[in-house]
Amino acid sequence: MSKTNITRRGLMKTGAATGAGLALPTIFTSGAAAFTNEPTGSSVKLGFNVPQTGPYAEEGLDELRAYELAVEHLNGMGDGGAMNTFSSKVLEGNGILGKKVEYVTGDTQTKSDAARASAKSMIEKDGVTMITGGSSSGVAIAVQGLAQDAGIIFMAALTHSNDTTGKDRKANGFRYFFNAYMSGAALAPVLKNAYGSDRRAYHLTADYTWGWTQQESIAAATEAIGWETVNNVLTPVGAGDFSSYIAPVLNSGADVLVLNHYGGDMVNSLTQAIQFGLKDKVVNGKQFEIVVPLYSELMAAGAGENIKGVYGSMNWNWQLQDPGTQAFVKSFGEKYGRPPSGSAHTAYVQTLLYADAVTRAGSFNPCAVVEALEGFEFDGLGIGPTLYRAEDHQAFKDVLVMKGAENPTTEYDTLEIVEVTPVEQVMYPPDHPMFGGPEASLGECNDGA
Amino acid sequence: MKFLGLSAKDTRFLLIVILLTLATPIILQPFPEGSGLATFNAGYPDLMQRFAIFGIFAIGFNILFGLTGYLSFGHAAFLGIGSYTVVWMYKLLDYNVIWGLPLAVVTSGLFALLIGYISLRRSGIYFSILTLAFAQMSYNLAYSVLTPITNGETGLQVYSNDPQVLISEGETSPHFFGIVMNESAKLNLGDWQFTFNNGYYFTAIIAIVVFYISLRIFRSPFGLMLRAIKTNQTRLNYTGINTRPYTLAAFVISGMYAGLAGGLMAAMDPLAGAERMQWTASGEVVLMTILGGAGTLMGPILGAGFIKYFENIFSKINDQVLHGWFEWMPDGLEDFIIGLSHFFVGKSWHLTLGLLFMLVVIFLPGGLVEGGTRIWHAIRRDRKPKGPDPEHHPEHIPHVAEKEEF
Repeated sequence: MSKTNITRRGLMKTGAATGAGLALPTIFTSGAAAFTNEPTGSSVKLGFNVPQTGPYAEEGLDELRAYELAVEHLNGMGDGGAMNTFSSKVLEGNGILGKKVEYVTGDTQTKSDAARASAKSMIEKDGVTMITGGSSSGVAIAVQGLAQDAGIIFMAALTHSNDTTGKDRKANGFRYFFNAYMSGAALAPVLKNAYGSDRRAYHLTADYTWGWTQQESIAAATEAIGWETVNNVLTPVGAGDFSSYIAPVLNSGADVLVLNHYGGDMVNSLTQAIQFGLKDKVVNGKQFEIVVPLYSELMAAGAGENIKGVYGSMNWNWQLQDPGTQAFVKSFGEKYGRPPSGSAHTAYVQTLLYADAVTRAGSFNPCAVVEALEGFEFDGLGIGPTLYRAEDHQAFKDVLVMKGAENPTTEYDTLEIVEVTPVEQVMYPPDHPMFGGPEASLGECNDGA
Repeated sequence: MKFLGLSAKDTRFLLIVILLTLATPIILQPFPEGSGLATFNAGYPDLMQRFAIFGIFAIGFNILFGLTGYLSFGHAAFLGIGSYTVVWMYKLLDYNVIWGLPLAVVTSGLFALLIGYISLRRSGIYFSILTLAFAQMSYNLAYSVLTPITNGETGLQVYSNDPQVLISEGETSPHFFGIVMNESAKLNLGDWQFTFNNGYYFTAIIAIVVFYISLRIFRSPFGLMLRAIKTNQTRLNYTGINTRPYTLAAFVISGMYAGLAGGLMAAMDPLAGAERMQWTASGEVVLMTILGGAGTLMGPILGAGFIKYFENIFSKINDQVLHGWFEWMPDGLEDFIIGLSHFFVGKSWHLTLGLLFMLVVIFLPGGLVEGGTRIWHAIRRDRKPKGPDPEHHPEHIPHVAEKEEF
């Protein structure tokens, strides 16, 4: 390197510039608000953070439709949807606490980093009081942590991993969607009735957090009804070709294949399993069966014919007959010309629940909202009475066991409801070992003040 | 005026960069709050921090790609390693970034040494593929296999039951000896609101320091050697110069820059996700460098700012915002314009970025910097020397075969 000439003048200049740079942030004092992003004008902003590009873009799009519908209903436009059937009657269609509801959207790209960047811009730039969204558990957990640190509310949408309200639970975060444990608890009795208690299961599991928690939950639930878990093979996410994982299943002596896959992975693995003729095989004197623990409408549409007779579970389905479901499906259908997906339902309900909690608390302060939601029991938003449990912020309600329809009439009824599992059957203690055990804690609610 | 071993011209350049960097919170906030154009404001802490951090990442990448011409497709691996190191230091010691950041530079340097030592045995496309393979390997390890260390898909974060042996009371987020990164001061001037964020100034000062280092590398004999490697490596080898130590040094330095950038990402936001190491993240820094101008000092920083701006601002323009802009139009026309805009904003921001990238690569092969230079020359054309050949190009001498002597 060449020699360094430090002149007195140069040194002073740098010193002055650096000093100014360092001092600049401390010159001004930050304005003292009572809590993060306290809405002061005539409107309040909500942040809808969903994947608009990437593998779960379809789900994200449907969630966004539901969010827009919820905002319409809150602002008193449209027919009010499930607000009319909701057991809590404080929402009047005049916004939230008289403030008009506005929203900003962001693209999570189904990546924790991008999701946090977009959530941060919503908090720092747009001044939202609540963020909702997420189409994968990793993203939901990442954004939930951010909301906790920033002092706003996070209403999780599509996240099924036990961890979201398990070891990663946060005081400022709430989940309406069901979880992997509930899937297992709801599916096991149905599987026992359909396939008997002497079965040997082979698991193919997506190799990441959600896959593992689901596999653990399903294995525990099926072993409790007498099944044996022959093997669990981890498959890379987005593998595309699963044939090399499916071929060994035939020689393993297993007679049930459990696919712990989601989205495109599930469509591919199920399609290939059918192509290998697994469902036509007879092993140990029993018909070979396939189980897909977590279903979504989009996966069902992607897998087409192949899902006929395959069991799985869902949080909610538009074919339910309760008044809340019917009201929501009607206004969604009138606006968009199609029935809503399960993720759309969760998105819609979470927005209404937040608005309701703010109204009952009489304040946008996150800690007041947390208090209003904890232990809140409600009905009329679809699928019957629901409890937001105070200990882990998980919603407890009935769980649907679904089966691929034998004779679907349209592209929207490819799944049929087999059983509505009552909530008592899917309950678990908040310190359950699959949910972080006794160490897991919500921490203190944070209002950012 | 000479300063810290820089020529007068470079000193001026550095001072301009320093001024621009320090004034960023004001420059990026040109529109008043509440106006329709406020959507385009970018002066909020997270995005400004990203500008500085990805600027550092791209400056470092440019030392390898811009100077030696070795195209690495695996630099995101070092970014991720830097982030994981810093978050681990939060978990083990405390939230002071002073422990994690230097260690992030060292660990990523070591990884770069290992990966570089193997990959640099090949050049050209084989080198690119090797680095890509290493990065994807790191990503897959972080995403699933090494979950006990990286926390897999969920991302590494600090839990309340972590050891944190040095932690003091009330310490809940990253800081530098008490300067808390996510604290800001707000200044309201009329309708304008400017946010001066501690974290941004921390990254900005580091960015200026590493920019200065890269400036010195560009102007040093070592930098000249790297350029010679780009121009004609074979010739250098025949001259008897062993080029591998030079390329390896460049690779390690740029790996350390990437590690520093990754560490700073975790210093601004205490979470490290595996996606940070995915090949798309490696591709992004290549795009940044090419978009801005590979081999130029300022180019990579411009490119980084450009891409991050699109990712964070254009992706957020939704129907509600568009309606706000075009509501003065007649209904049919408004719907048409909004329908047309769908292809370019919101979820289609990739398309706009792609088109711009194509335009730049086709019409400005030297990147945005070339665009800037052309405009500059257009303005100052009159001051250019006008002689017959001011740059003294060598005269054309016909090849022996062209001489028709036989």
